[in-house]
Order: sequence, then structure tokens, then C-alpha cells
Amino acid sequence: MLELQKLSLELDSDKGIEILKNINITFYDKKIYVVTGPNGGGKSSLAKIIMGVYNPTSGKILLDGQDITQMIMTDRARLGIGYAFQSPPRFKGITVRDLLKMAASHNPEKVNICDLLYNVGLCAQDYLDRDVDSSLSGGEMKRIEIATVLARNLKIAVFDEPEAGIDLWSFQKLAETFKNIHEQYDTTIILISHQERIMELADEIIIMSNGTITAQSERDVMLAGILKNDTCLCSTNCEKGIGKNAECLG
Amino acid sequence: MLNALDKLMLEKVSDLHEMPQGAFNIRKNGQGVQRNTTANIDIVTKKDKSGIDVIVKPYTKGESVHIPVIVTEENINDVVYNTFEIGEYSDVEIIAGCGIHNCGDHKSQHDGIHTFYVRKGAKLKYVEKHYGQGEGKGQRVLNPKTIIEAEAGSVVELELIQIKGIDRTKRETDIKLMGDAKLVVTERLLTYLDQEAESSINVDLSGEDSSAQIISRSVARDKSKQVFYFDLAGKNKCRGHIQCDAIIMQKAVVLSTPRISAYHSEAQLVHEAAIGRIESEQLTKLMSLGFSEKEAEDAILDGFLK
Repeated sequence: MLELQKLSLELDSDKGIEILKNINITFYDKKIYVVTGPNGGGKSSLAKIIMGVYNPTSGKILLDGQDITQMIMTDRARLGIGYAFQSPPRFKGITVRDLLKMAASHNPEKVNICDLLYNVGLCAQDYLDRDVDSSLSGGEMKRIEIATVLARNLKIAVFDEPEAGIDLWSFQKLAETFKNIHEQYDTTIILISHQERIMELADEIIIMSNGTITAQSERDVMLAGILKNDTCLCSTNCEKGIGKNAECLG
Repeated sequence: MLNALDKLMLEKVSDLHEMPQGAFNIRKNGQGVQRNTTANIDIVTKKDKSGIDVIVKPYTKGESVHIPVIVTEENINDVVYNTFEIGEYSDVEIIAGCGIHNCGDHKSQHDGIHTFYVRKGAKLKYVEKHYGQGEGKGQRVLNPKTIIEAEAGSVVELELIQIKGIDRTKRETDIKLMGDAKLVVTERLLTYLDQEAESSINVDLSGEDSSAQIISRSVARDKSKQVFYFDLAGKNKCRGHIQCDAIIMQKAVVLSTPRISAYHSEAQLVHEAAIGRIESEQLTKLMSLGFSEKEAEDAILDGFLK
């Protein structure tokens, strides 16, 4: 169980820009959560604060009751937290095989690297010996990034917009893969996504906007609401279709 | 003949755990100490100056030649001239390398001047690895010079690697490519403490449809200094690409000068050069997999220099 208590984040403290504002949420074991909401709403910051890329300005993070707020990323990773980056970095000279081996190195279970690639829709034969560098497309990088998280036996896995750059054909495969790791490892999965098909995997959907959680509910309730309103998720009141240009009313 | 230290140095520069198969010539402290030739590869001592002639018969396939040099004493200044005749349509690998173990306070230096004639249609892979060790204050210096003439349709692959323990190096590589000749140079260099390394690679793309690719990767740590000059001169319809990347750390200095010169309207030449520190996103990624910052840094550098 992962608890975020009164969590706030200011990235530029001089300017007082608050990215996350008093976030309170509990992610329960073995559930799939989808965090959605408008761009700039704080979703990726939430993911990074869970992994330890950012340190909160105030508040607490508890993993199974243990306070990990001040814990560095390495130690959080070893406790079983994983994060698939929205824009994964590239490495000159490191092959896909090397990177996946590194990812699996702390997993006590034997991991079949070829299966990992298959699960993200890549052919092992074509990719294992390729460098994780600029020769790979954005979509390929994204799949390999997801595979690095699948390689680990995690308590909490956070995926930041995993669908970005993944073609339609592979989408279904990816959705199945999330379900499988959830079932295989009992991993709590937090997916940051705008895709309805990803939302359909969720037990709960969380909407973040303007640095706060504006709504949280079971999937069916939330999806019905989102689809019914068919509205944008602006932080301010929005009138859709008024005049030639829809504008947010501030 | 070879003691434990000699064997260790051989392993470092040639990955040899025992006497190599096939042709070889081992040089120690300025003297040839062991040699083997085969039916297709002859090794002859030069009469006019220090060094050897390695002669590979035409159509020789899949053979290798090991020519390691080891220096285990201080105050050695060894200059050697080696000439390689790579016969037509042969396909061979030559593994050179120099290991210096200097425990004293005086400089030990080895300058190898290697001239290759790669004949028509031949394939040559040339690997040169430099390694130094020893607790003394005496500098370990290696100044290799490599001259290659690659005839029509030949393929030349060079791997130039200096990973550890060489205090000063000045490497010069001059290559001339004739029609359809193809060249790939891979250079890997690591310097640390106050080491200095200079590498100059000049490629003359003289022949029609010749091509050259130079991939240089280096890491400069501590107060070390690296200087690179690359020059691709396109004198015919040809293709050339220089890609040099350096990771700079602490107070190191890296100067990189890639140059491309076209003397023909159908010469296609590209250069890319980048110097920078390890990207923080790369460290973050590996730390998010459970690596410590130091482990992440080592993994990134190991991969980069692989």
C-alpha cells in the first residue's frame, strides 16, 4: 500500500510555483489506477515524486507503513517501486539486451528477456543487439522502456503515458501485458494516460488538474461521467462550442 | 621465456590467456622473444631497422596474426617499424597491442610505426589495444603511427582502444582509400588523473565509391586532457562520416576538431561532434532500476566505451 499524505511540490521555490498541492491519496495493493487529466495538471510530477526523482516540499510518502519520503531513488527501487519514463533516455553503446539485463538484475525470479520484448510487441531477434540510442524510433524506445519495468518484480509500477508512440496494432497487446503483470506479480499499477482503452483497465480512475486531485472513483462511474460530459478537463470553467473558438473562461 | 607479469600484460592487450594460435610475434623490452609463422603468413625481421615484415599470402582466409609488445622495465625507449603486406582477396585479423608495466621512476616509451598495404579485394581487421600499469612515477608513453594504403575493393576495419594506464599518447593514423575501398574506424579512449592523449585520423578518399566511417568515443576524467583531429578528404565520388562523442567529467579538457574537405562535387561528407557530461536522465533511469549513482555512472561509461 502506498500512501501520499498532504504532499506538496514546489519546483521553483523562488517563484513559488506549486506543482502539487496537498495531495492525499492511498494506492491499495493489487489494484490498477489510471491517473488522467489535462496537460500540466501534475500527473507526471506525481509519478516522479513516487519514484523519488523529485522530493516533495512537504508531506509524507509511506510504502506499507514505512516512511520513504527522504529515501533516494535507488533505495525506493530496491523496495519495489518502478517507473517507466514518459521520454526515456537513450544510451550510446548499451544494447537492448544490456539494458534489460540491468533492469532484471535485482529480480530474484529468472526473467526471459525475449518474452519481455514479445510482451511489448518487439521481436527479440531484431532488437536484442541494437543499441538503445538515436537509431531507435520514439515508439521503439517507449516499448523498451516499458519492458525495463516489466523485467522487475515490483510492488508499485508507475507508467507515464505508456501508450504514447505505440501503434494501434500493438495497443491491445500492451493492455494485455499490463493485466498479466498485475496478475503475475500482484503489482499495484499506476498508469498515467489519456486513453479510454487504458482507462478501461483501471479499478479506479483519478483525475488531476492544476496540481490537485479533482475526482477519484471506480472505473465505471468515472468513465460514464467523463463520456457523458464529453467535455475538456480544463482547470477553469469551459464552454464548449461557443462562437468560432472555444475558450476557457477564467 | 614469459613470466607471470608478461602473461598478464599479454592478456590485457591481446585477450590472450595462452600462446596464440596461428602466426604471432611477441616483442618484449625492445627485443623479439617469440615468433610463429604459418604456411600463409610469414614474419621476417627487418634488416635495416628495428621491426618486422608481416606477409599475408593472397587468398589467405580466416587467419589471425598477434603482434603484442610488452614493456616491463623502466627507461626503455623502443621504436619499431612494422610493415604489413595483406595479399589480394585475403581476409585476416591482426591484433596488435602494447602493455607497459613501469614500476620505476623513469619514463618507458614505445613508438610503433605500422605501415599496411591492403591489396585489391582484401579484408583486414586491425585491433590495437593499449594498457599501462605500475606504481612508479615513471611515465608510460605510447606513440603509435599507422599508415594504411587500401587498394580497390578492400575493406579495412580498425579498432583503436586505450582504456587504462597510459600517461601520454600521440596517435597518428593516415589512411588512403582507392576505388570501392571501405574503411570503418572505431576509437575508444579513456584518460584520467593528469593523462594526456592526442589522436589524429586523416583519411584520403581518393578512389571512386570509396567510403569511410570514423566512430570515436572517449571519456575524460579528473584533470586529463584529450585532443582530437579528424580529417576526411573527399577527392572523388565518395562517402564519409565522422562521429565523435566525448563524455567530460571533473576538471578534464577535451578539444575536438573534426574537419571534412571536399575536392569533388560528388563527395558526401558528414561530421558530428559532441562533448558533454553524463546526462542526468541516464543516471536517473538506471537509479530507478535499483543502481546506486556510482553503479549507474560506471554502467553508462562501460557501455559508452565498449
